[in-house]
Amino acid sequence: MADTAILAAQTPAAKARPAGTALEARLAELDLPKGGFTAAARTDAAARLNAMGLPGKRDEYWRYTDPAAFNDPVAQPLAFTSRQSTLFDDIEQLKLVFVDGRFDAAASDALEGEGLEVSTLAAADASGDHWASDLYGKLETAGQNPVKRPFAVLNTLAANDGVLIRVTGKVSRPVHILYRREAEDADVIIRHVIRLEEGSELTLLETGGIAARSNVAIEVEVNKEARFHHIASKRADDAKIGIAHIFARVGEGALFKSFTLSVNGSMMRNEGVIEILGDDAVAHIAAAVLGDGTEGRFHHDDTVFITHAAERCESRQVFKKVLKNGADGIFQGKILVKPGAQKTDGYQISQGLLLDEGSQFLAKPELEIYADDVKCSHGSTTGALDETAMFYLRSRGVPKEQAVVLLVLSFLADALEEIEDDRLRGDILTRLDEWLTSRASA
Amino acid sequence: MAVEISDEIEVREGVDRETVETVQNMGSYKYGWDTEIEMEYAPKGVNEDIVRLISAKNEEPEWMTEWRLQAFRRWQTMTEPKWAMLNYPEIDYQDQYYYARPKSMEVKPKSLDEVDPKLLATYEKLGIPLKEQMLLAGVEGADETPAEARKVAVDAVFDSVSVGTTFKDELAKAGVIFCSISEAIREHPELVKKYLGSVVPQSDNFFATLNSAVFSDGSFVYIPPGTRCPMELSTYFRINAENTGQFERTLIIADKGSYVSYLEGCTAPKRDVAQLHAAVVEIVILEDAEVKYSTVQNWFPGDEEGKGGIYNFVTKRADCREARAKVMWTQVETGSAITWKYPSCILRGEESQGEFYSIAIANNMQQADTGTKMIHLGKNTRSRIVSKGISAGKAQNTYRGLVSMHPKATNSRNYTQCDSLLIGDQCGAHTVPYIEVKNTSSRVEHEATTSKVDDDQLFYCRARGMDEEEAVALVVNGFCREVLQALPMEFAMEAQSLVAISLEGSVG
Repeated sequence: MADTAILAAQTPAAKARPAGTALEARLAELDLPKGGFTAAARTDAAARLNAMGLPGKRDEYWRYTDPAAFNDPVAQPLAFTSRQSTLFDDIEQLKLVFVDGRFDAAASDALEGEGLEVSTLAAADASGDHWASDLYGKLETAGQNPVKRPFAVLNTLAANDGVLIRVTGKVSRPVHILYRREAEDADVIIRHVIRLEEGSELTLLETGGIAARSNVAIEVEVNKEARFHHIASKRADDAKIGIAHIFARVGEGALFKSFTLSVNGSMMRNEGVIEILGDDAVAHIAAAVLGDGTEGRFHHDDTVFITHAAERCESRQVFKKVLKNGADGIFQGKILVKPGAQKTDGYQISQGLLLDEGSQFLAKPELEIYADDVKCSHGSTTGALDETAMFYLRSRGVPKEQAVVLLVLSFLADALEEIEDDRLRGDILTRLDEWLTSRASA
Repeated sequence: MAVEISDEIEVREGVDRETVETVQNMGSYKYGWDTEIEMEYAPKGVNEDIVRLISAKNEEPEWMTEWRLQAFRRWQTMTEPKWAMLNYPEIDYQDQYYYARPKSMEVKPKSLDEVDPKLLATYEKLGIPLKEQMLLAGVEGADETPAEARKVAVDAVFDSVSVGTTFKDELAKAGVIFCSISEAIREHPELVKKYLGSVVPQSDNFFATLNSAVFSDGSFVYIPPGTRCPMELSTYFRINAENTGQFERTLIIADKGSYVSYLEGCTAPKRDVAQLHAAVVEIVILEDAEVKYSTVQNWFPGDEEGKGGIYNFVTKRADCREARAKVMWTQVETGSAITWKYPSCILRGEESQGEFYSIAIANNMQQADTGTKMIHLGKNTRSRIVSKGISAGKAQNTYRGLVSMHPKATNSRNYTQCDSLLIGDQCGAHTVPYIEVKNTSSRVEHEATTSKVDDDQLFYCRARGMDEEEAVALVVNGFCREVLQALPMEFAMEAQSLVAISLEGSVG
């Protein structure tokens, strides 16, 4: 109750909305693209969305997060300063800039690179034929079973822009999607579609504040022996509301790795839906979350669903959340091992570090297993900073603020380890250290 | 040190022999026979008249009838929960008998000769000693004979009625009240009024509300302040009649500083048609009191094709209402076609403690969705969960649990361990824990693993001459040992044999 009160107090009156169901009202506000190559997928999405409706508070899958924020009219945001993210600036990259959800060609690099085929959704969707038509909406549709994800369907129906990347070789230069927020109340829907052809490799970076409210979905197909690395830094404005989905299909011997750093944002939900379809594949998904409720509300929800449908595959989920000043951290994770997915190695760890009273960590780590020759485990812990470790550092002259920063960084280490590239990990670590140190006294 | 080791080996060898013998000698369900006995039924179905009739049969006062009717009216507005990972055909609640009692129980028999011999034979066959058998058959005066046998007082419930409670006088000397709930409603209305529905309210859930309306019998226990109950108390539930639902209600009150250990056992005949069982157990624990509640649930699980069996929907909850109250749930769930059961602890009193030890075995077509809730409300409260789930055949076994640390439950602790074991590639094992931590000084740890029977361990046993079934039974007993050790002596041996029997036919 207190949370709602805070939110209500801090968000000025929302725009009035016409009568009708929440879904009708929401659709009426959106600028629905007709679509070229996506037209069929969009029509199908409209029908599916009408059939399933939007989630409500009583939905089990929304037990810990009220979906209303992702659906209600966008509230007038708190004052914010548009700032360009400088993370990963020193790394050679292919930069793609999105301002308020629209591709900004002038600020971006040329859409080309060795082993890459890049276009934007808005431009490509004018044509009736595109390689991405095999994937657009397809992975999202597959991800609707057994749990409904209406906001992803809405994304398929209404996405205005995004990037379409086809990878044919080993690409050494990361593709960097850089979001910038300019308008106060933009409500954006973005879809990226990525296909990694056999034996190819790509690193995708995502940084920056997207909009007052965003709905981003990524569909990624990692084919045989391909390797996909995804590193996102969601250092959003304090009043941001965002929902993100990543739908991945992982083929034989392929590798999928995703890491997300989330620092603030008032209301966030990240859903990862990973289907391992080929034998000997590896899928890792990790997140480090730092939540400070001082400047408004902080509510961060990570919901992951990994399906093992092949033999000898490995999956890891590593989620670490540091919470203070009334922040809420949520983790819902599931490993589903289908019949016949023998020799599966599934691991899941979710940990909450509560730095003060008033913050909370809510977790639902699930296993659903239909094969006998598997090794699956999950662990979840929640607690305060280790007093013994704190005492150790203090007795050696480390000031209290610095000791907290050290212990928090060591708590997050397992999640950061999931970033394979040393330089990228180093940049994330530096950013984390700065953020923690600047807030150590807060 | 050497002595300790040799002791351990001896125990293990004992277990081993026992297990092997049981596997060899037993059919798959030992208690599957029925007693042909003349029964008295209420008409099929449930409505206000049936509720009134049950109340009248139990000679209940007006307030109780009203309480039931209130529950029934609420139940009519509720829908059956579907969130559990259970798959069963729609239950027709109007196609069940809600009340059945042996005709001979209409007038209480005065001596052993008067007791229906069939009823007597039932207890004999269930393995209850003759001395107790006399008492169970409801012979008045039999309990005045000094008892040399093991001191476990039993309340036996046959279909809808309690047929007798043993050792009542001896318990009464200690001030302990142990009787059927119908008797308690008549004899101790002040206690029943005060506590009935105070842990599991009428409106709690679909099955508990139905139970509140139609429960026919069950046990009532009151342990006065500062009393250590002189013997273990036990209730034995037997479903005999066909198409009959059993709805028993148990209420246990442990007053300040008291202690009681309570055992519950259950069996039912083999029948083709599934039968409904919806029980409620409420436990109230006051300051410094402690209750141990152990269950060996061995209802008929249905046959290999999943025909018949008991649908077991049970609401069990303990309320540690005052400081330093302590509860320990231990359950061995081997029976039932469907198990829907979450014994819970409300840790309201400061420094109160809750423990949950569970073995759930599902074989053939059995489905179990079971676990616990630990709700920490008071400061410095502690809880521990150890759950062992075993799936074999085509069974589905789910652990579902909640650990909740409220903002005021500072400095509290929880440790949860749930392990699942899969035998064969047709079954499923699932874990659905909810962990909600709302204060910073509490610590919650949760671990879960899923694996199959270790090949190395099997090979080791096989190399020493055991056949595969014996080897699996031994490994599984080892897997469950933390829970088996938490059981009272009487149950521990039975539980070990049950583990072996339940897994019969799951190998090879």
